[in-house]
Amino acid sequence: MGTTTGRRAAYERARQRRSLAIATVSSVAVAIAIVFFVPKMPRWDRVHESFFNGERFVDSFPRLLHAFILDIKIFAWSMPAIVALALLVAVARNSRSAALFPIRALTIAYTDIMRGVPIILWIYLIGFGVPGLGLDRPWNSPLLWGSVALVLTYASYVAEVFRAGIESIHESQRAAARSLGLSNWQTMRFVVLPQAIRRVIPPLMNDMVSLQKDVALVSLIGPIEILRQAGVDKSKFANFTPFVVAAVIFLLITIPLTRTTDYMVERERRRTTGTRVR
Amino acid sequence: MKLSIHDLHKSYGDRPVLTGINLDIADGSVVTLIGPSGSGKSTLLRCLNLLEPIDDGEILLDGIDISAPGFDANPIRRRIGMVFQNFNLFPHMSVMKNITLSPTRTLGVSTPLARAKAIELLERFGLADKAEAYPDQLSGGQQQRVAIVRALAVEPEVLLLDEITSSLDPELVGEVLDVVRELKATGMTLVLATHEMGFARDTSDVVCVLDNGNIIEQGTPTQVFTNPQSERAQQFLERVIRSGRL
Repeated sequence: MGTTTGRRAAYERARQRRSLAIATVSSVAVAIAIVFFVPKMPRWDRVHESFFNGERFVDSFPRLLHAFILDIKIFAWSMPAIVALALLVAVARNSRSAALFPIRALTIAYTDIMRGVPIILWIYLIGFGVPGLGLDRPWNSPLLWGSVALVLTYASYVAEVFRAGIESIHESQRAAARSLGLSNWQTMRFVVLPQAIRRVIPPLMNDMVSLQKDVALVSLIGPIEILRQAGVDKSKFANFTPFVVAAVIFLLITIPLTRTTDYMVERERRRTTGTRVR
Repeated sequence: MKLSIHDLHKSYGDRPVLTGINLDIADGSVVTLIGPSGSGKSTLLRCLNLLEPIDDGEILLDGIDISAPGFDANPIRRRIGMVFQNFNLFPHMSVMKNITLSPTRTLGVSTPLARAKAIELLERFGLADKAEAYPDQLSGGQQQRVAIVRALAVEPEVLLLDEITSSLDPELVGEVLDVVRELKATGMTLVLATHEMGFARDTSDVVCVLDNGNIIEQGTPTQVFTNPQSERAQQFLERVIRSGRL
C-alpha cells in the first residue's frame, strides 16, 4: 500500500503528512507550556527540592532497583499460579455435566467474592489472618500469604477473561469435535481451549501489567520491596524523591509491557476484522 | 437395516421440530432428505449423530438402540460420521492435524500410522499437497473435501452430510459432489440433506421430502420427482422447478 502511485494515493499521503505536522506542532506547544509555567508556581522551588532532588535521586536509585528484585520475584511466581488457577476455574465453570453443578456454583461464588472486595483488603485479611493461626516458619511468612492473596484475587479476574474466550468459540467447533467421537474434555482440551487462549492473550497482557504494579501492595504487610524501601528512604532523608525514583522504575517495566499489549491487540484486531474503515 | 428411526420426536422448547419420523436406511444405500428450510432436515441429521438429545422414539444402529438414555455416545459418533454446511474445520490446526486428531486421541492409533492413512485419503481426493496448509489458506471446496476426509479418517460406517454444498460458490459445488459420488461407489451408507435437486435425483437410492418436521413423501428418485403423491410435496417440487433448480 505504501508504494501505490495513483493520484488518489498521492493525495492520501499529503493528507497524512499534514496530520503529522499538526500533531507535532501541538505537542511541542503543550510541552513548552508545561516547562515554562509549572516553575512559575509560587512553591515550585520547594516541590523541586523535595520531589526532584538530583542528589537524593542518584543515592536512592541503586537501592530501590535492588529492592525491586523482590517485586519481580513475587510477580514471577504469582503469574504462573494465577494463569493455572484461572484456567482451572474457567474450565470448571464451563463444564456441562450435571454432576459438576456444585463445582460450578463454587467457582461462581469464588469469582464474585474475590472480585467484590478490594485487593488491598484481601492482602490484609489473608496476609495477617493466616499466619495468625500460629503456623511455624516458613509457613507464617507474610511474603507467602501476601502472594497467595494476590494469586487468589487476580485469578478471579483472569478466570473471567478465559471464560469470555471459551464462550467466544462457536458452538459449531464443539459439534465438529463431538461428531468425531471426542469426549467433552477432549473437545475442551484440543479444540476449544487452544483457540480461546490465543484469542484472550491481549486482554490477559493487560491484567499482567496491572499485576506488575499491584505486587507493591504486598509491602503493606511487611516485605521490604521497592515501595517500602522508598518509604524508608523518604523518612530517613525527609525527602520524597525516592517515591519518584520508584515511579520511574515501575514505568521502565510497565511502558514497554503496555506498548507490546497494544501492539498485540491491534494485530489481533486486524487479523480478525480484515479491512479497516477510514 | 443399518439405521432405523422409529417415531422420532424432537422439539426446541415449545417448538416441535421433528414430529414422529419413521425411516429405514439400508446398508450401503444413499438416502437424501429434501424439503424447505426449517423442515427439520438438519435437526434429523444432528439427532442421528447424537449431537441433540431426542424427546421420544428410538434410533437403532444395526438393531441396537443408540438413543437409549445413558448410552455412551462417543464410540457411536465414531461409527456415524458427520460433515457440516460450514465445514467446521479447526482453524488452529493444519489439515493433517485436523484429520489425525480423532484417530490418535480416541482410537489410539499411532501418529505415524494416522498420518500415513491421512496422506492416503488426501491423495485419493486430490489434496495431497495441502497436508500442511491451514484451513484459511484453502478454498471453500478444498475445505469441505478436507472435512469429508476428516470424517472418513475414523472409518465410520455411516456418513451424514448436512447441506455440504450450501455455503460454496457455485463453481466449487461440483468437486465436492464428485467426492460424494465416489463415496457412494465404495458402498458407504450416506444420509444427506441437500438443496441440489439434480444431484439428489441422480445419486440417491431413496429420497425423502420433509415438511414441518415430518416425512411427507418417500420413495425412489423417479417416484418422488416425477409422481409425488402428497399435495405438499407436489407444491414444493413445483416451486423448485420454477426456480430452475431441477
